[in-house]
Amino acid sequence: MSITVTVDGVPVTVEEGATVADAATAAGAYVPTLCFHEDHPALGTCRVCAARLDGRVVAACSAEVHDGAEVEVAADDLATMRRQVVGLLFAEGNHVCPSCEKSGRCDLQAVAAETGMLTSEFPYRYPGRETDPGDARIWLARDRCILCQRCVDLVRDDEGRPVFTLTGRGPDTRVELDHATAAGLSDEQVAAAVDLCPVGAILRKGVGYDEPIGARRFDVASVRERALRGERR
Amino acid sequence: MSRRIVIDPVTRIEGHGKVVVTLDEDHRVADARLHVVEFRGYERFVQGHPYWEAPVLLQRVCGICFVSHHLAGAKALDDMVGVGRAITPTAEKVRRLGHYAQMLQSHTAAFFLLSAPEMLFGVDAPPEVRNVVGLVEADRALVTRVVLLRKWGQEILQTLYGKRMHGINSVPGGVQKGLTVAERDRFLRGEDGVPSMDAVLDQAQDALRLFADFHERHRAMVDAFAPVPMLNMGLVDAAGDADYYDGRLRVVGPAREVVAEMDDHDYLDHFSEAVEDWSYLKFPFLKAFGREQGSVRVGSLARLNVTRHLSTPLADAELQRFHAYSDGMANARTLHGNWARAIELLHAAEVVRDLLHDPDLQGTDLVVDPGPDAWTGEGIGVVEAPRGTLIHHYRADDDGAITFANLIVATTQNNEVLNRTVRAVAEQELSGRSEITEGMMNAIEVGIRAYDPCLSCATHALGQMPLVVSVYDAAGGLVDERVRG
Repeated sequence: MSITVTVDGVPVTVEEGATVADAATAAGAYVPTLCFHEDHPALGTCRVCAARLDGRVVAACSAEVHDGAEVEVAADDLATMRRQVVGLLFAEGNHVCPSCEKSGRCDLQAVAAETGMLTSEFPYRYPGRETDPGDARIWLARDRCILCQRCVDLVRDDEGRPVFTLTGRGPDTRVELDHATAAGLSDEQVAAAVDLCPVGAILRKGVGYDEPIGARRFDVASVRERALRGERR
Repeated sequence: MSRRIVIDPVTRIEGHGKVVVTLDEDHRVADARLHVVEFRGYERFVQGHPYWEAPVLLQRVCGICFVSHHLAGAKALDDMVGVGRAITPTAEKVRRLGHYAQMLQSHTAAFFLLSAPEMLFGVDAPPEVRNVVGLVEADRALVTRVVLLRKWGQEILQTLYGKRMHGINSVPGGVQKGLTVAERDRFLRGEDGVPSMDAVLDQAQDALRLFADFHERHRAMVDAFAPVPMLNMGLVDAAGDADYYDGRLRVVGPAREVVAEMDDHDYLDHFSEAVEDWSYLKFPFLKAFGREQGSVRVGSLARLNVTRHLSTPLADAELQRFHAYSDGMANARTLHGNWARAIELLHAAEVVRDLLHDPDLQGTDLVVDPGPDAWTGEGIGVVEAPRGTLIHHYRADDDGAITFANLIVATTQNNEVLNRTVRAVAEQELSGRSEITEGMMNAIEVGIRAYDPCLSCATHALGQMPLVVSVYDAAGGLVDERVRG
């Protein structure tokens, strides 16, 4: 059933069950997302998609709209909030875009550019994070992890067992790679896990820079263009 | 009373250093040193990164010769993954194309923007004239040609690497992409804002014309300016002639006789590095010759002293004139480094032309995958960067994490010759003079610039920090100082 909502005052019609992000896209308004993947249920972990629904700030990827809902996306305070959330993600990791092979196809980098986060307004923490290079095919670079949990929730072997898990609490939270389970993944499944990671935390060993600059995902079409045509992955 | 002269910063070079000249009570040079006072630490912070990131991360050490760092790193990784020199013809030629295109644009910048002002206006011309703006006002047409020539080289890099600076093309065992016919034709025909290949070959001879005119007008000065006899080193091919991408390291003495030759993998067996407490820059030397006699000169002048021929006709003809001028002996004249750079600029243009006509550039066999069993965990890559021999040496653990990186860059190799040149110029220009003029101070910088040093590369240092020249008396009192950024 179709319902009608307003996005920044513009009425749009969406299907019942649509999210704030869906409504924004229908209205041609860009809401950045990081942890959300179009093929999977919303995780709502990164909070980069902050928008306002009936006066309350929500995660646009997971909050559903209702008939007559009032959605705000473009307000300055929301844009600032989104930029600051992205800035916090940079400040609490160790992101070296110039040499990272995910550059040009990294959602975090692309969203940072779209939200105007050129340098974090928060002090960089330079955390000491241990890399796990010990798997035969996967290099786990925790420096670049934003704890979106895509890999934890969505990467499974053929038996449905998780390959990545979370351990620790608060600032000590980190992703662990189960090498034994990872060994059972096909090459295609490993490639899918690498592609699923929105940053350069999960890398395929020895395969870096396989796409020339100019042919990389966000060289071809920006994250904004992709989101506005409904592609969020 | 003895005096001490400081030039700080030395201008129109890459990076930050200072020159200190100490004069005795008779105004004679007691000591003269080039201090390099910056430090970075790339070799440390690449540790722990995946091995395949090293050439991409470490090229950031330089904004001028990043292709050289990228290629030296790529060759080291070829070694590490077990491919060695067995990359495909397409991969090697694509790498060479980028290498020589960079040589062309780097030499163009060094020759015209850094060294040419003195050739046109004189070493002691007023500093407000003796600069690139003065060049524009004096000969706008020449500067326009220079800008287009440099652009042509940079556009080739943009096409191959995706960006004019710090792009990516080489990967372990090969390259990401070749050159399409349309891309090639743009550079051959001169389309879309770049000059044609024919125009480039003409413009690439401007440097030789300018040097010839300068030499003709100031022959005595040019020839007598601070000669510094040294050993000379460069990469050579199997026939013993210069190859800027790959080969064996050859060292020649004063009669251009071969005094040492080595596989690049054996550099540690032949070279040691001395450290002085007044410079962050090390002093490499050949062990067999010792600290005093074993330092080598690298770069344009050294390479042309090493080689007998260049592989392209126009440049080789000029090389023979260059050799004949020194009666076949090694050329030790500091300002002839600019002549050598001009010859290499033309050579680079000719090599690029030949490569652009090679259909291998359109090949699709780009990467050799040797399989995991070929992994060696260690690699050494050597290329002739615009400023001279560049060595990247990496080790990685069995997981693929970099555990060791050593970068020996051209300016480090040239540290000793740079210091000897500073001393030679100081003795020629300052010794016995009671008054120190701006022109005399500039002469020291001219000597340094003849090597086109990159102190940022050499110390892997951060930021744009210029060089200082200071003169002190024997009691330590500052007599004169130049600080120009």
